[in-house]
Amino acid sequence: MSHPNKKRLRRSMMFLNCQKPGLIKDPYIYRPDSIMLDLEDAVAENQKDAARYSLYHALQEIDYRGVERVVRINGLDTPHWKEDIRVCVAGGADTIRIAKTESARDVHTVEEYVLAAEKEFGRPEGSTLLMAALESCRGVLHALEVCESSDRLIGIALSGGDYTKDLQTVITGTGVELQGARQQMIIAARAAGVQCWDTVFTNLDAMDVFEEEVRMVKMMGFDGKSLVNPRQIAIVHKIFTPSQKEIIFAEKVVREIEEKKALGVGVFTVDGKMIDIAFYDGAKRTIALAKASGVYEGEL
Amino acid sequence: MEIKKAAMAGTLESSDAQVTVEPGDGTVELTIESSVIHQFGKQIRAVILETLGRLEVTSAKVKVVDKGALDCTLKARVECAVFRSNGRTESLPWGGAIR
Repeated sequence: MSHPNKKRLRRSMMFLNCQKPGLIKDPYIYRPDSIMLDLEDAVAENQKDAARYSLYHALQEIDYRGVERVVRINGLDTPHWKEDIRVCVAGGADTIRIAKTESARDVHTVEEYVLAAEKEFGRPEGSTLLMAALESCRGVLHALEVCESSDRLIGIALSGGDYTKDLQTVITGTGVELQGARQQMIIAARAAGVQCWDTVFTNLDAMDVFEEEVRMVKMMGFDGKSLVNPRQIAIVHKIFTPSQKEIIFAEKVVREIEEKKALGVGVFTVDGKMIDIAFYDGAKRTIALAKASGVYEGEL
Repeated sequence: MEIKKAAMAGTLESSDAQVTVEPGDGTVELTIESSVIHQFGKQIRAVILETLGRLEVTSAKVKVVDKGALDCTLKARVECAVFRSNGRTESLPWGGAIR
């Protein structure tokens, strides 16, 4: 059976540096859907060990009040990832984010060590979920095989900085350099039935550009975005949470389709828009997202 | 665990603590500096001694400069300094001596 949290709401996934105790002690006050405790790039090479002790005690002792606790581990090309997996599993992390994923094999390698750690530390087998960050051209081209690699895999996330480096360009602020990766990844994720998250936006002085980008990735079909600052959370939640207008329309669509189906009517109009069965899943998804976001208490 | 060489962990940033351990002379000699020593001195001392006890450190000079760290941070910094003094970074006893 699939893990009950595999498809939970993940609009906002906020990075936090495990090296900094001041950052990891109370991020739940900002109410992101997930925090990503970072053992990788944010942690200096000679502090990788120190970050793990902080992580272990944070996972064990801090009540994050329902916020999902994801840990980004170091890449498989480093000497750190095996101990990272042990501490994540021992501490009870909800999900492990695999950095620099390039293939299904990478996921299988991590999965093997996660299973061994679950056995070693007496945690239920299969309880630790995985997500994969795609950070290279090869990784993006292998998006579908990564998405289909494991029952533990909740989805894939674009890591724009490393990806554009591999593409031999830079983050331009226009999004043009990320178009192909974004499109390829969301299509692969949907084909495999997993989630998909956009890359971070690091210019905190350009909140208007950030908001535009969030709107765009929402329209593309993404489930949410990796974030670097608590100020970004409210904007992402606003855009990724259905509006009252959208909820009311979705409710009408679901009710009308169910009613008309019984009457043998296939196509009809709701608020002047032509509706048929093809709209049913989308409307149900809007209701489900509204429910998960805490803005719908109706009967559907 | 034996303190084999001097080692340090942590920083002097707010909410952190800097812990230094050195080989001792048969006892645990602990000094603590903290801006909240009057309010939390006893608790800080207790957390550090408990952590050293779990790690079976019986001979060490330990210096802690506390900058308002939570208990979980104090534990993390003491453990890190002790394991660094042993040069151990892998196959650590998570959930055992580290808890």
